[in-house]
Amino acid sequence: MKDNNRLIIIADDDVDYLFQMEHYVKSFGFEVKVAHSQKEAELIIENTEPVLAIFDLMMERDDSGFILCHKMRRKHPNVPIILATAVASETGISFGVSTDEDKQWIKADLYLEKGIRKDQLHKEINKLLKL
Amino acid sequence: MKKLEVMVVDDEPGIRSGVSRILNTFTISYPFMDTDIGFNVIEVGTGEEAIDKIKSEHVDIVLLDNKLPGIQGVDVLDFINKNNPEVLVMMITSYASLELAIKATNNGAHDFIPKPFTPQELKSSLENVSKHIFLRGMTKKMNREGKEIRYQFLSVLSHELKAPLNAIDGYLHMMQDKEAGDNIANYDQMIDRSIQRIKIMRNLIMDLLDLTKINLEKKTDKFQLVKVKDIAQNAIEAINPYAIQKDVTISLSDENNVEINADPGDIEIVFNNLISNAVKYNVEKGEVDVILEKDENNLKIKVRDTGIGMNKDETKQLFDEFFRVKSEQTKHIIGSGLGLSIVKRMIDLYNGEIKVESEVGQGSTFTIILPI
Repeated sequence: MKDNNRLIIIADDDVDYLFQMEHYVKSFGFEVKVAHSQKEAELIIENTEPVLAIFDLMMERDDSGFILCHKMRRKHPNVPIILATAVASETGISFGVSTDEDKQWIKADLYLEKGIRKDQLHKEINKLLKL
Repeated sequence: MKKLEVMVVDDEPGIRSGVSRILNTFTISYPFMDTDIGFNVIEVGTGEEAIDKIKSEHVDIVLLDNKLPGIQGVDVLDFINKNNPEVLVMMITSYASLELAIKATNNGAHDFIPKPFTPQELKSSLENVSKHIFLRGMTKKMNREGKEIRYQFLSVLSHELKAPLNAIDGYLHMMQDKEAGDNIANYDQMIDRSIQRIKIMRNLIMDLLDLTKINLEKKTDKFQLVKVKDIAQNAIEAINPYAIQKDVTISLSDENNVEINADPGDIEIVFNNLISNAVKYNVEKGEVDVILEKDENNLKIKVRDTGIGMNKDETKQLFDEFFRVKSEQTKHIIGSGLGLSIVKRMIDLYNGEIKVESEVGQGSTFTIILPI
């Protein structure tokens, strides 16, 4: 784990978004491992403990991000997770955290609307890492 | 022509007659609407009169001045929201009270027109509101016909439309902030990707238009005896430049000179989608065979490819809206995920049937059976 103390995992099936996030997160001084799919992310999680993970909500499945959150929590319970989504609240797709039962298993630490600016992203990451 | 009833509520006679003059000769037509839209203008000078009229007459749109001699515009707005929420209200307001206008839209006005307005501004406002009324009517009509616009569809659609916008927006900000330094060549890739995403979005919009076309209804007035081979040939020619680059060869066989009574546009959509998929999801030096056959009752269209194929799970979801096979091999293939759902709807409309057989690494065969 010591080797990975600057490592952030980013999973997104949108190559452009992934590229941009990778660029920014690297510019903040972190190392980055990218995953293009839920599956790829699962493999990475299995063998690596990052300091933070950023997951897209909708990848192969509409709820890929939730599944990754869940698996991440089981494997590395202390790693903060950001769930990024392009689905705005205005479209009415709820995150499914309305019930207590859901709240228990969807354990993202932060929901981020995609299109977040660099500075804010940096701030949010630092906040979660208590930097 | 469909006429919309527009009530203009303003205590200045000059404004009322001006609106009448402009709108009485104004018509709106869109390629996606069956008929043009025109306007009948009802002029009233006070809020009280306006409420009386709304109680007794059918009104589609209200152009509402806020400053009125008796009760104020916002009171009228309030009444309409409570009693006739289907009426769309446009607040007329001076530039000075933009704040009021924003408040009004928050309180349920559809939009506002700043005063003084030019004829062109009035027209474009009315154009927007008419489009809204038209779409609302369509939605109702589709619901009545049982073709419910699924909420899910709209949510996914908004996701699909926002994803490219986010990507392009992201790149533009990276360029604005000179994230890759001062050398302009460092941004080539970002520009290429942005252009690519715009292209994808455009394709999606084209597909959506196809989808709207089907949703409207089967328009038998465009029916004619169609030589299926001609349409298939056109579709092949359209995709051929791409096929040549991928070194995919396309063959077409039609031994029985197959014909069908149909809207040629519909059949074109079917072939365009199937053949372009067969090329897109093919391998280098792959093949596509388009086979047209018929028996006594049916026309049979087969599109066979030697492409990457799909597993059972994937074929099961294949005709769902926005479903796309996601894998290393498909990552760079452009598609909206709507093509096959459009084809499926189209075939349903003709009481036909579409089937797919596929094997990973071997290829896929789509078979369409249409009654003739």
